[in-house]
Amino acid sequence: MTVGVIVFPGSNCDHDAYFAFQHSLGIDARFIWYDSEGLGDVDAVILPGGFSYGDYLRTGAIPKFSPVMGAVRRFAESGGPVLGICNGFQVLTEAGLLPGALVRNAGLKFVCRTVPLEISSTASPFTHGFQKGEILRLPIAHGEGCYIADSATLDELEREDRVVLRYRENPNGSMNDIAGIVNRERNVLGMMPHPERAADPLVGGTDGLAILRSLLAPQAFYSPLLAASRT
Amino acid sequence: MNITPEVIAAHQLTAAEYDRIIQLLGREPTLTELGVFSVMWSEHCSYKSTRVHLKKLPTESRHVLQGPGENAGIIDIGDGVAIAFKIESHNHPSFIEPFQGAATGVGGILRDIFTMGARPIAVMDSIRFGPLDDPRTGDRNRHILEGVVSGIAHYGNCFGVPTVGGECVFDKSYDGNPLVNVFALGVFRHDEIFYGKATGVGNPVIYVGAKTGRDGIHGASMASAEFTEESKQKRPNVQVGDPFMEKLLLEACLEAMKTRAIVGIQDMGAAGLTSSTCEMGSRAGTGIEIDLHYVPQRETGMTPYEIMLSESQERMLLVAEKGREQAVYDVFKKWGLDAVQIGVVTPDGLLRIKNHGAVVAEIPNRALADEAPKYHRPFTKPLRPAPLDGPAVKSSDLKRDLLKLLGSADLCSKRWIWEQYDHQVRTNTVAGPGYDAAVVRIKETGTSVAMSLDGNGRYCSLDPRLGTKLIIAECCRNLATVGALPIATTNNLNFGNPERPEIMAQIVESIEGLAEACRVFEVPVTGGNVSLYNETLGTPILPTPVVGIVGVLPTTLPVSSTFTEEGHSVILLGGFGNSDWQQFGGTQYAKAIENSLWGVPPSLDMDYEKRVQETVRTLVRERIVSTAHDLGEGGLAVALAESSFGPAKIGADVEVESDLPSELALFHEGPSRILVATGDPERVILEARKNGVQALKIGVTVSGILRIGKRDSVLIEASTSELFEPWSEYLPGIFQAAVLA
Repeated sequence: MTVGVIVFPGSNCDHDAYFAFQHSLGIDARFIWYDSEGLGDVDAVILPGGFSYGDYLRTGAIPKFSPVMGAVRRFAESGGPVLGICNGFQVLTEAGLLPGALVRNAGLKFVCRTVPLEISSTASPFTHGFQKGEILRLPIAHGEGCYIADSATLDELEREDRVVLRYRENPNGSMNDIAGIVNRERNVLGMMPHPERAADPLVGGTDGLAILRSLLAPQAFYSPLLAASRT
Repeated sequence: MNITPEVIAAHQLTAAEYDRIIQLLGREPTLTELGVFSVMWSEHCSYKSTRVHLKKLPTESRHVLQGPGENAGIIDIGDGVAIAFKIESHNHPSFIEPFQGAATGVGGILRDIFTMGARPIAVMDSIRFGPLDDPRTGDRNRHILEGVVSGIAHYGNCFGVPTVGGECVFDKSYDGNPLVNVFALGVFRHDEIFYGKATGVGNPVIYVGAKTGRDGIHGASMASAEFTEESKQKRPNVQVGDPFMEKLLLEACLEAMKTRAIVGIQDMGAAGLTSSTCEMGSRAGTGIEIDLHYVPQRETGMTPYEIMLSESQERMLLVAEKGREQAVYDVFKKWGLDAVQIGVVTPDGLLRIKNHGAVVAEIPNRALADEAPKYHRPFTKPLRPAPLDGPAVKSSDLKRDLLKLLGSADLCSKRWIWEQYDHQVRTNTVAGPGYDAAVVRIKETGTSVAMSLDGNGRYCSLDPRLGTKLIIAECCRNLATVGALPIATTNNLNFGNPERPEIMAQIVESIEGLAEACRVFEVPVTGGNVSLYNETLGTPILPTPVVGIVGVLPTTLPVSSTFTEEGHSVILLGGFGNSDWQQFGGTQYAKAIENSLWGVPPSLDMDYEKRVQETVRTLVRERIVSTAHDLGEGGLAVALAESSFGPAKIGADVEVESDLPSELALFHEGPSRILVATGDPERVILEARKNGVQALKIGVTVSGILRIGKRDSVLIEASTSELFEPWSEYLPGIFQAAVLA
């Protein structure tokens, strides 16, 4: 099993994600440079946090044009698990792989804090191992993490049970307290909190490990569904 | 342009210094040469007022791999790993343009670290402002603080380095002269160290990074002058930072270094291309010849004078091994950065600057870097702004005093500031903001690095020598409290105009105090920065040496700085300490309650202090204590309150069995004292006795309240939430109120 960590110019949580997989989970990880046309032989993809292209123009607006994003899109369309963390979430919304947008925090300031989050849907390969309503404590660190979408999109997200993580104490003004959503096919997750910063008891706890680990075992979620659809 | 006395004065050179230039060159300088001399001989670059005194500092130990004189000091931390660290000030730019001034302060010190080959893993900031609630200047001071904090956040967060600690202090004397001192620390292996040396005659001199513009021209000499009304017109002198560019530069430099094709590298900081060329040549005993025609430029029509003096950010100068330069170019191309050969290393020891082939300046490197003027400035007795004796202190309500202290600008929670900094990126922050010292693990080994940054202008104004020693003691105590052994020091000396003998006396006394304490605590000074002329309209700042000390410890979960368990014994290592009314005049109580400053700093027994530190270091490392928190500003009562602010909301019930008057017993700031909580008080007392340290069991931890009794009376009784509120709400409140007003 191998996880590919995309590196854009200005990514700065790439090493943290790499380290969490390689050392905390013992799962092989590999960096993938932004101008690669393909992903190589990987089983899951991480779009890490940071300030790709300095957040210039708009967060996530420039990296979506990187050659590697074409490969990420094809990987997602073929059902491969993709996790966008923080800036990675912003890139996914800009690239149209997830709906909505992330704008300036309501408080207008960057916020770095560990916050309580609620698992609000277990209907995804990333969260099916949790109990609905379970509380995780994960760090956030962003200036533009306020999730917004038009009301039709919000309705659709709620109706289809695609909001997988919600803030218990909304730190940034996100609509419906949204901290993380999945796409309709449920194989692409974007979240503002940093699970890779909660992957070691020494620094930030271990509440993020289960989410990271879920990337490598999507069949645990899909197999029962497939079995159900066959009967 | 003719060089007239007015032109010389405008370059902040004296007539005598100009004569020295003529003597060194054997002729009149060109205007470009005059500009080059003026920045290299500025106070900021040459340390001309302090060099003779800085020589007194201890700079060596078995840990020191590189002392002062390079871009940063380097310390061995074992396992073949080393750390590079240094502090820099950006005081003057931060007053003129707070956001960019502070941002480029962070950018500059980060380059100092990675130019040596180290990857920056931590930043701390020491920032000082005028009062936020002053009816006349509060508006401006809040504006400066908001700008500085968001500037630091903007640069550090985007670059991807955690801001793990620091201090934020307020005093009237910083009203027109805020202080912004930034500390950075990086890590590398011994075989990855690079120096700023232009070795190898014939080797290409390569410019990398951002293009050169007209920003920041004469920044270094601006930082060496007092502020006047016209300073507000100096905005174009402040550089503009681009942390994204710096992040690319970091990755490209570290990757290029791995090619082994680089022989020397230095960042273009203060005095830009000028300082990097002549310092690299001077260190190697070589010359450098460049042609400005090849320098990547952002603007058209720049003169040689402007190009040489520009302080555009995110630029580096490097020397590559001839014939292997393509390997370097390839790396920079990968990262989308300019890398251009602009010159060559020569054997003649000259800095020769050409423009389209025509020589516009030719100066011996040594004249610029090593033969800068060195002044033995006269000094008398230190300026003393306060009387020896103060008002009679008699509290009518000690609980109200404690609440007021907790809600005062200096002692309140700084969460509002540090939550704007990413203090976790790189996932190494074992102990971040809120601990006595920050702890950052080194992933490659089992070692962590602890760091503490501290200053105390009030103490230093009362006695610069003792005040400075107390700062060293405090920093080392902070480190001991998290279990670390202090190993090295960097310092930022912020003072007024050294041409005033009573200010020069403050500087000399402070440096000598620093030297003495660093010897005793075995923390040699490996580098630092001097910021003088911190005066506005003739009023100097409080003398403010800021000290950063680093230490090492085995990587492990930290012991809490707040109470975590009910029913644990509360023990005061070092005892209640000694104090008197004169020693009370520099305390936070005198400041916040009496609104006054008088007397002398607390007395310090450095030998006893070391033994107290040794005791707590052992107790923390062996996890005999559940809580450790050192007593600092605000004394015992404030330390007890802070220890009660943990998530568990556990306070304490303590008895103060001291003969000192209650005000002194609760709030004096005598050093060498640390509060611990433990389930095994006998072990703690035994360990203390081994080191000849007093350990008084003063009480027990209890849920939800802090009660301090003395004999039969209750001095203070309050719920932890009642104490927490003013402490946590002061800063958010003051900015909230400003928005509503």
